[in-house]
Amino acid sequence: MKKRLLPLLLILVPVLALAAEDGVHLDKANIDPDNQQSLQRGARLFVNYCLSCHAAGLMRYERMGQDLGISELQVAENLMFTGGKVGDLMTVATDPEDAVEWFGTVPPDLSVIARARGVDWLYTYLRSFYLDPSRVTGVNNLVFPDVGMPDVLWELQGWQKPVITTVKDADGTEHKVIDLELVKPGLMSPKEFDRAVRDLVNFLDYMAEPGKHDRQALGVKVILFLLVFLVVAYLLKKEFWKDVH
Amino acid sequence: MAEKWKTGLLGWVDARFPLSKMWNEHLAEYYAPRNFNFWYYFGSLALLVLVMQIITGIWLTMNYKPDALLAFNSVEYIMRDVNWGWLIRYMHSTGASFFFIVVYLHMFRALLYGSYKKPRELIWIFGMIIYVCLMAEAFMGYLLPWGQMSYWGAQVIISLFGAIPGIGDSLALWIRGDYVISDVTLNRFFAFHVIAVPIILLALVVMHILALHEVGSNNPDGVEIKKVKGPDGHPVDGIPFHPYYTVKDIVGVIVFLIFFCIVVFFMPEMGGYFLEHDNFVPADPLKTPLHIKPLWYFTPFYAILRAVPDKLLGVIAMGAAIVLLFFLPWLDRSPVKSIRYRGIAYKVALGMFIVSFLALGYLGGEPATPVLTNFARLFSILYFAFFAVLLILPMFEKTKPVPDRVTSK
Repeated sequence: MKKRLLPLLLILVPVLALAAEDGVHLDKANIDPDNQQSLQRGARLFVNYCLSCHAAGLMRYERMGQDLGISELQVAENLMFTGGKVGDLMTVATDPEDAVEWFGTVPPDLSVIARARGVDWLYTYLRSFYLDPSRVTGVNNLVFPDVGMPDVLWELQGWQKPVITTVKDADGTEHKVIDLELVKPGLMSPKEFDRAVRDLVNFLDYMAEPGKHDRQALGVKVILFLLVFLVVAYLLKKEFWKDVH
Repeated sequence: MAEKWKTGLLGWVDARFPLSKMWNEHLAEYYAPRNFNFWYYFGSLALLVLVMQIITGIWLTMNYKPDALLAFNSVEYIMRDVNWGWLIRYMHSTGASFFFIVVYLHMFRALLYGSYKKPRELIWIFGMIIYVCLMAEAFMGYLLPWGQMSYWGAQVIISLFGAIPGIGDSLALWIRGDYVISDVTLNRFFAFHVIAVPIILLALVVMHILALHEVGSNNPDGVEIKKVKGPDGHPVDGIPFHPYYTVKDIVGVIVFLIFFCIVVFFMPEMGGYFLEHDNFVPADPLKTPLHIKPLWYFTPFYAILRAVPDKLLGVIAMGAAIVLLFFLPWLDRSPVKSIRYRGIAYKVALGMFIVSFLALGYLGGEPATPVLTNFARLFSILYFAFFAVLLILPMFEKTKPVPDRVTSK
């Protein structure tokens, strides 16, 4: 009997979960995939801050270099910290069992994370860590409550504290609104930090589908060809159908 | 003309294989009504998509690994490292959705012009079996990328078989080959998806077309063109399929391809409808996604399933929503085929049916909140009401006189 209830429960879970998630407002990432400098800065942030725990096991250093206009030598010298060949995938050396011990879970592979989460989610998430002494890592996150990940960008952003205010709706129901306040500045100003995260998210978006740019460029040509072909085909049809009435 | 063909290579072949005969029977001397309209493009388009799916499928198989440990990464390998792999993959994933768009429009055409009615009942039945096979094909194909939605979608749908009293749980176990969706399930779904179901589909398509060419095509007026024949023995209102409809269908194909390519090249995810966001997370049996839903082409039936409070009855209702369609030729007893000459009651009923189907499609993709569930119940009732209305309609429906010949517009 219990087994039969499972699917029904599965159907109910999203309703409850969605109700909980609805409250979070996501900031627009406003990334610019054509801005190669932004992508290069994002790549540097990615290898410095993410790649020590998260892998991008579907992405090759070589491809990244080609697409972002970074030479193989530069890639090897500035972006690869673990040695290996430039044609290698961007994997990590962290033992999954260690990771579970440290973070409670294996950090997910980030190759296609931008397609799973969306860029706005990532942009907001990375900027929404706040001090929470009840957590092992000392921080919590507005977008991803009780996340296992520590605030790896803290030295850039500084520390944020939650400010909880209670707002009354038009119909009288009370909502708790959590705002974040910078209590200890980091190396970057808030504006600089937003830009850095935007660069990082831009890179994550690129990495989720490195061929996106080529795809769109080819698409324009294909559709132009089809439009010309359509004219020819239409005239052919018209010619044949002259004698049908 | 036939005399000339008796010589040369073609003559040699024709003496041994009915090549010219088949060409004539199905193309050059297959007389189709001259008044086909927009709705008549979708048959040939469905054939086009079928061929496209098979060809892209063959090339995907060359690099895909049906293994729970490798499947997810092999799809991304195709997307990144295989030359033109991304194009082939997007054509296949977009093709799946477009297949259903085309088939739904093709079926709607049959409802508009009564194409399922005597003498075309078998064409309709074959078509319905194709539709059911297509659903199986799409469902099993969706497991192959081994993303979260692949996994949990399959988990939920297969568990539905568990609702059947007595044998349910063992049946679900038998289908999965395991207690949960696993590598075993992936392997057998792969076998069905690339071999078994496509073979059945191809055979059914041949039967669908043979049955059509046996009785001849219906048309927007619902008139039998074979009733009025010229001195040459051909229907006066008929024109040879080739070259007239081949050149016309090429225009349809290109317009279709323009829409298709816009999706493939500029919006392959189609906002999460063609490729779901959660499917970019590898399957994880321990993490249930927040919102499990089937792809858009199944959502109308999923909404009916969820609308019924009892699980077994829900499964029955969902099944009935499809099975009832099989019986349309006998449920709809009006002698008038085309909607052009039917009464207002049928037009309203069909309109309600389509609105219900679309509304259920929307609701099936949304979380089942109490309000939305009530809406799903309302539209489920309207969906089924259509079949009941069809039964009683002939008692009072005032139809218009059907012309003897097709009308030109």
